[in-house]
Amino acid sequence: MLEKTKCKNIKCKLKNYFAIVIFSSILWLSLVNRVEANELSANQYHVLSRLSFGVTSSERDRANKMGLEAYIQSQLKPESIEESPILKNYLNSFKLMNRGGINLLEENSNLHKKLNDPQFPVEKKDAIQERIRRLNAGLQKQIVEAHIATAIYSNRQLQEVMTDFWLNHFNVDIQKGQIKFWLNDYQEQIRDRALGNFYGLLLTSARHPAMSIYLDNRTNVSPISRAGKKHNLGLNENYAREVMELHTLGVDGGYSQDDIITLAKIFTGWSVDNEGIRGNKQGFFFNANRHDPTDKVFLGHQISANGVKEGEQALRILANHPATARFISYKLAQYFVADNPPKSLVESLSKSFLNSKGNIAFVLDTLIHSREFNDPQYYGQKFTTPFQYLTSIIRMGEIPQVELPRIRGMLHQLSMPVFRCSTPDGYKNIQAVWLNPQAMIQRTGLATAIANGVLNRSNPVEIQMLEQNIGEISTSTKQVVEKTPKNLQAALVMGSPEAMYR
Amino acid sequence: MRRRKFLTAAGLAMGSMLVPVGTNSWVVKQAHASSRKRLVVVFLRGAVDGLNVVVPHQAAEYYEARPTIAVPYPKEKNGAIDLDGYFGLHPKLKDIMPLWNRQQLAFVHASGSPVLERSHFQAQQYLENGTPGNKKTEDGWMNRLFAQLPKDIPTQAVNVGITTPYIFKGEMTVASLKPGMHSAAPLPTDRLPVREAFSQLYSGSDPLSKAYQEGSEARDVVLAELNKEMMTASKGAKNVHAFVDDAADVAQLMVGDTKTQLAFMEISGWDSHLNQNNLLDRLLPSLGEGLAILTSGLEPIFNDTVIVVMSEFGRTFEENGNKGTDHGYGNVMWLLGGGIKGGNVYGNWLGLSPSALHKNRDLPVTTDFRDIFAPVITQHLSIPSDRLKQVFPNYQPLNQIDFLA
Repeated sequence: MLEKTKCKNIKCKLKNYFAIVIFSSILWLSLVNRVEANELSANQYHVLSRLSFGVTSSERDRANKMGLEAYIQSQLKPESIEESPILKNYLNSFKLMNRGGINLLEENSNLHKKLNDPQFPVEKKDAIQERIRRLNAGLQKQIVEAHIATAIYSNRQLQEVMTDFWLNHFNVDIQKGQIKFWLNDYQEQIRDRALGNFYGLLLTSARHPAMSIYLDNRTNVSPISRAGKKHNLGLNENYAREVMELHTLGVDGGYSQDDIITLAKIFTGWSVDNEGIRGNKQGFFFNANRHDPTDKVFLGHQISANGVKEGEQALRILANHPATARFISYKLAQYFVADNPPKSLVESLSKSFLNSKGNIAFVLDTLIHSREFNDPQYYGQKFTTPFQYLTSIIRMGEIPQVELPRIRGMLHQLSMPVFRCSTPDGYKNIQAVWLNPQAMIQRTGLATAIANGVLNRSNPVEIQMLEQNIGEISTSTKQVVEKTPKNLQAALVMGSPEAMYR
Repeated sequence: MRRRKFLTAAGLAMGSMLVPVGTNSWVVKQAHASSRKRLVVVFLRGAVDGLNVVVPHQAAEYYEARPTIAVPYPKEKNGAIDLDGYFGLHPKLKDIMPLWNRQQLAFVHASGSPVLERSHFQAQQYLENGTPGNKKTEDGWMNRLFAQLPKDIPTQAVNVGITTPYIFKGEMTVASLKPGMHSAAPLPTDRLPVREAFSQLYSGSDPLSKAYQEGSEARDVVLAELNKEMMTASKGAKNVHAFVDDAADVAQLMVGDTKTQLAFMEISGWDSHLNQNNLLDRLLPSLGEGLAILTSGLEPIFNDTVIVVMSEFGRTFEENGNKGTDHGYGNVMWLLGGGIKGGNVYGNWLGLSPSALHKNRDLPVTTDFRDIFAPVITQHLSIPSDRLKQVFPNYQPLNQIDFLA
């Protein structure tokens, strides 16, 4: 039965390869039978841990009841999973954020008009200033907390893992310009496509005001266009460079400085509509008056002058390029398997990427069933980033209603504040970057505070729950924990090596 | 316990004596502590526009290429501060002019990586791995340099920031100082029972344990040092800019008993594609103020200190369509220290005519950044020159700049 569902889900093109997959699935099944109810085998634990922000009892139950393969397939189709009521409550409480970017921008701009209006009474301007501050700070706070809450409480864990992955891949900085007004929408759109098609993700980010502001494409104007000549404006290469280097081909992807300039010309006129009047009401607006009217040659492809379509054509070329397949595959393999991912895995993922025209769920299905992903040498060997570390100890401790503002602060202390990576390459996810003496002192300190209940209205975290969710604990950790006074045991487990690796 | 043992061992090894101070702190008095040489590297991430930092105000081409963003002539409103009759300093950097006047500040113009790379990350990597053109080098040159120094204490090399920058990546463990205002604020793990429990958990020799042990030792030393400072400094009066605070902490660590010899700091946000003047007016003052605080804090050992400020590449000579500049090539490097021949703008300056520019577009690189660090390593830090290749493999020292007194 398992074999049948598999072949329906995956168009079996690589037969030899799937023989291994099926074999290992059968192996898992036999393991499931041997393991007692509610206890996971090492392999099952590994799968759950890598596909989520931390193993919880409900996640374990689900995997046990459904069987691992069905669990994986459901995670690959997130719309099939009922979303958690706790999360819905959190998200509904973010009233400001839910009012929509264009409305908030309008309010912000009206407030600024009053501030700059000489007729407006001076004594009331302090209050206006304060409203602007609260609007901006409140919005930023809610968007960041929504991201943290979704990671911790969503039942669609793999979708959220991938949302985080793509938001980092297509990084923007909440503090630049008016990005915060667009960021909730950006986050939702990326989430909707997180397991979809890569071209869809790329196009979404390219058109989105958040990216357009972040990498300056909204000010990228052809000097020979009508607007360019009239206002003496020029090209801005920033987006064109980074979209190839960081979003698609990778730095060694085989493009030249000429390709960058050509691509910058192709993207002239892709700009932002703050009022929701001129564009698609979602902030994207193609300004033909700013667009370069000439025919182009980009990465060896002829692109005839064709307005906004040129950019879409260029993005398709990039999305389906073998260098892109390799670059994305490498990043996925590094994220899900090992800091130095096995070459064989990167190759098979690249093939899946190209064969499926960038279908991310398909590539992940390949990854999860690969020999490399399931090789026990990689279990529990991936050092967590600060975001993964905090979310996973909170999930494993099953803290019911966390104080989100404190988590924001903790992420800041650990140098990984949400949506605040100022460089477009996003945060790294390898041990060499995150493991250092200061980080260990910080992490053990925060683990102690969280175990003592700092996020949980001073209710200490229960050690039993933690021990069930953390997977296998080494003898040496066990020995130290047993010798430690009861009131410090949860802190020790949360700050243990087992909690820092996933 | 661990720390005392450690400090004792270090003290004995250096022929120095231990002086007990109070009940639980020990200070190592070293016979020649003041002769220890120091290096601080400040990295401006995002590529600062060197031509608006050290301004060629006598070059007519400069004003032609930058109609809206050029720094005005000296003596004009918001004009450059003249340095040598040809170059001038950005007016927002006035805080470091006293250093120039004391000949403790110099610049090397048209410098950078000999291999052109217009990507921020790639260019930063070349400057940090010390092997321009080779992306494969996995460790940073300051880590390799650290390996060449006699190792004695866990706070000998300090990074400001919690993530390890490329320049410090490698085998040697580098202590880190949390950026911002609260490096000495109490942590739950400072409590003795918690500390003891985690010390047992991380008593092994695996990477996590080693990091924990070094962190724990460094924590003790830093706490002792910065708590002393906090008691003397007025509470809560620190500057809002993290760099200014960090500069004060770094100075304290280098002057005090922590014996910090190598330090790395960074400031991001220099990528000025848009409205560059606003950006520089906002960022340069805290950089200038921070450097002034760093140098005055280092006063007792300033003759033994070299500070280098650098950035991944320069920006386009011509301004772009948005009152900004795009990614260029040559930049300016800054040198500060009591033992340098300051008051000079060094480097091979070819002028700004189209033929002097790289591909008619950018300031060229006429000085390899390693030509600046090589004398710091061999002369200042006294690493034998045959070991320079450990720090900069495949580097031929041909055009070293003679800026050390």
